[in-house]
Amino acid sequence: MLRLEPRPQPSKLMSLLSPVLALVLTALLAGILFAALGKDPVRGLSMYFVEPFSNLRQISELMLKATPLITIALGLAVCYRSNVWNIGAEGQFLLGILAGGGVALWLTTQGIVLPKFVAVPLVLIGGVLGGMLWAGLTALLRDKFNASEILVSLMLVYVAQQLVNYLVFGPWKDPAGFNFPQTKSFDASTWLPALMTGTRLHIGILIALLLAGCAWVFMFRLFRGYQLQVGGLAPAAARYAGFSASSSLWTALLISGGFAGLAGGMEAIGTFRQITPHVSTGLGFTAIIVCFVGRLHPVGIVFAGVLLSTMIIGGELGQSRLGLPNALTGVFQGLLLVLLLACDTLIHYRIRLRPAIAHAH
Amino acid sequence: MDQFALLIAATLASGTPLAIAGLGLLINEKAGVLNLGAEGIMLVAAIAGFAAAFNSGSDTLAFIAGAAAGATLAAAFGVLVIWLNTNQYATGLAVSLFGYGFSAFVGLGYVGKKLSERTPFEVPGLSQIPFFGPALFKQHPMVYIAIGLIAAAMWFLYKSRSGLVLRAVGESPESAHALGYKVRWIRLVAVMAGGALCGVAGAFLSVVYAPLWVEGLVAGRGWIALALTTFATWRPVRVLLGAYLFGGVTMAQFALQGAGVDISSQLLAMLPYLATIIVLAIISRNPTWIRINMPASLGKPFHPGA
Repeated sequence: MLRLEPRPQPSKLMSLLSPVLALVLTALLAGILFAALGKDPVRGLSMYFVEPFSNLRQISELMLKATPLITIALGLAVCYRSNVWNIGAEGQFLLGILAGGGVALWLTTQGIVLPKFVAVPLVLIGGVLGGMLWAGLTALLRDKFNASEILVSLMLVYVAQQLVNYLVFGPWKDPAGFNFPQTKSFDASTWLPALMTGTRLHIGILIALLLAGCAWVFMFRLFRGYQLQVGGLAPAAARYAGFSASSSLWTALLISGGFAGLAGGMEAIGTFRQITPHVSTGLGFTAIIVCFVGRLHPVGIVFAGVLLSTMIIGGELGQSRLGLPNALTGVFQGLLLVLLLACDTLIHYRIRLRPAIAHAH
Repeated sequence: MDQFALLIAATLASGTPLAIAGLGLLINEKAGVLNLGAEGIMLVAAIAGFAAAFNSGSDTLAFIAGAAAGATLAAAFGVLVIWLNTNQYATGLAVSLFGYGFSAFVGLGYVGKKLSERTPFEVPGLSQIPFFGPALFKQHPMVYIAIGLIAAAMWFLYKSRSGLVLRAVGESPESAHALGYKVRWIRLVAVMAGGALCGVAGAFLSVVYAPLWVEGLVAGRGWIALALTTFATWRPVRVLLGAYLFGGVTMAQFALQGAGVDISSQLLAMLPYLATIIVLAIISRNPTWIRINMPASLGKPFHPGA
């Protein structure tokens, strides 16, 4: 009979293998599902995992999608390592789009044309502040009112979505837009500089990689990052060491809110260049999966961001080329996280075929 | 006056799925398991129930399908957190994300399909009373069943021996284990029962309340139901009252619009979520009060000693 036996030490190897195993299992189930839908499983899988790398245009789209995923997930990793359960990154991301996009829109409607090196940072700072404000609300309610950060941050996602709708259907609607719920297109002076001509890819991916480096330094080289992680792993130890739990909570939430807000600002002026009700596509939720698949580690998150972005692009390709429903991407994303958590059991336990021989201790 | 009666009726209908799901989550939590997958479970159950009602025309079958779908997904969650000791927050979240994607995929063929409005059940005699009749006694049977379920849960949790065991498992799994109770299996049954109730609530939303299917139909009610258990300080009757309160807030937005109040519909649509946040903050602000009422082992894994 199979039984789980606790390992004396958590396995470092399994911690790295678990995402790979979960991915293989997800692909296996995906293949079965493709076959059940009457499609060739091999073609289906290659559409999801190989085709997105087939040419420069696809790769640039892939990197474009990976940018917000990586940026948001980096902030979430700091949060989760501190045992602060911010699951409302989507809301903070939307506030980043609104605040950053709001700055760009204001410059556009006022007819102010600033040099790019002034306008772009202004927008991005706006985005960061928007995300921090939204995460700060969660921090405030957790800190002063003891309200669950899980529920508050999530409820604020719905509020943020309605705020987007309110603004684009109301005060921010383009008067010359034939009554479509969308803002004016931002002036080109506010756009994030392109990285590759002929593609939509912008310098956001470089910013995301730079942030991964910063997050690594913060987590593993700075005392503040260490304090946060002690608070997450052993709250009692952190208390005895005199680390303030409330200051850790604020730091973790403001960092993750700021990252999500920055991602929103970059999306606003890098990808959308206007605000519509469709700016919310659940990237803030996908970033949670990126964070876990990437083992809450900056390097892992970069790889996981590319993986989840591949699945999103692959889903679009599967829809246009094989007639596979795009909704499958959501199924696979959820499945990947469920299977990952199941596989993570192998970090702390090993599977034994027979009952262990009783040791005489 | 008639308007007001209809508003009360709508409040009861809107609070009912919250009450049923909240009760299911309360049973989970009494056994020590926090299920953040409620939203996903309700979504999968909503499409299962909708498909059953659409193809069979039977509401009863729809509720059975919803309950079965909810219990199945909850069982998967239960096995992960109870036997594999996965993190309850992350696993619940994973179930919610999976449920969102899976229900969207399964529901593709049903988008835009509508069921006929359910004819309300008129309580004989009582439904003829002016004002109170239309306000209280012309509802879908599930509205009354929900109240019955709350009463049954009160009896079960506080008067029956099994309920006592369930609470013991949630308060002190070690003691329950030492007394010979199978803590893990009891937790699994509680999780599945909670999932089944979330499933009935999901099916109610798609079959009776909407009655149609769109992606993300549950719209955060699973999370509001989770907040309800804290709001109710884990007492069934307060779950019911809280559910009606949130149902009332949801309906207030339509009432305000109907009354010609000049606030945009998008801002009004924030009301239920803002109300949840505010109420949660008010209830939670006294940590001692929460600690006394919360099942002591909530969210903590249990390893039976080797």
